[in-house]
Amino acid sequence: MPDVMELVYEVSNEDFTRAGEASSDVKRKLKKLGIPSDVIRRVSIALYEGEINMVIHAYGGKVTVTISEEAITMVLADKGPGIPDIDKAMEAGYSTAPDNVRNLGFGAGMGLPNMKKNSDEMNIETQIGVGTTVTMTVKL
Amino acid sequence: MTVEDIVRILDGTPLTCKDNLGIEVRTACGSDMMSDVLAFAKTQCVLLTGLCNPQVIRTAEMMDIVCIIFVRGKQPDESMLELAEENGIPLISTPHRMFSACGLLYENGLRGGKMDA
Repeated sequence: MPDVMELVYEVSNEDFTRAGEASSDVKRKLKKLGIPSDVIRRVSIALYEGEINMVIHAYGGKVTVTISEEAITMVLADKGPGIPDIDKAMEAGYSTAPDNVRNLGFGAGMGLPNMKKNSDEMNIETQIGVGTTVTMTVKL
Repeated sequence: MTVEDIVRILDGTPLTCKDNLGIEVRTACGSDMMSDVLAFAKTQCVLLTGLCNPQVIRTAEMMDIVCIIFVRGKQPDESMLELAEENGIPLISTPHRMFSACGLLYENGLRGGKMDA
């Protein structure tokens, strides 16, 4: 295994049915690297939630995953509307997702709390009208 | 309980991974809300759902869900079948409704995961 491996994905918002392709690929690669299964599960869940968020709220974006010997770091950067109130967004059950998203089984207001729960560190940088960058780290 | 037992108990029709129905199932989760499944489902769990779109398969993939049961006779489309086959996830269609399907599995000894504190 090289010291550090970087994976980059464009997340498109055009087709909701394709959301999760990045997470799926990351999961496969982590398996091949022999990363412990509980770590893979946490990374997969956190990243998939993030990817879904990007498709729902932010017209897609870019996902960068860095795998080192110490940790897996996920950076999800979008040029979406930004999050007006992060504390509110972090509350379990608080959601601004439209009805059509709920009909697809998402938008229960569990995404961000679940991302935090599954990562060791999570940081959100957001600016209204400019975009949001979520950085999550899962330690190895 | 194995996936094969579930097929029998629920009068189900296996739709994918038909050679792989001997897998052991420990717990079950019934939900149409994938957000909740992502937040609460346990390992080696079977998912019962009335939701029928590709994100159900993706959710199962991320959560290492052992098998998906579509209630009320729902039929996944070709893209979902392909995605499930690719990920080795057995899909089963049952004519039973959600409540009855969950009840039948419970009656036969399958339980939900422990509640989080």
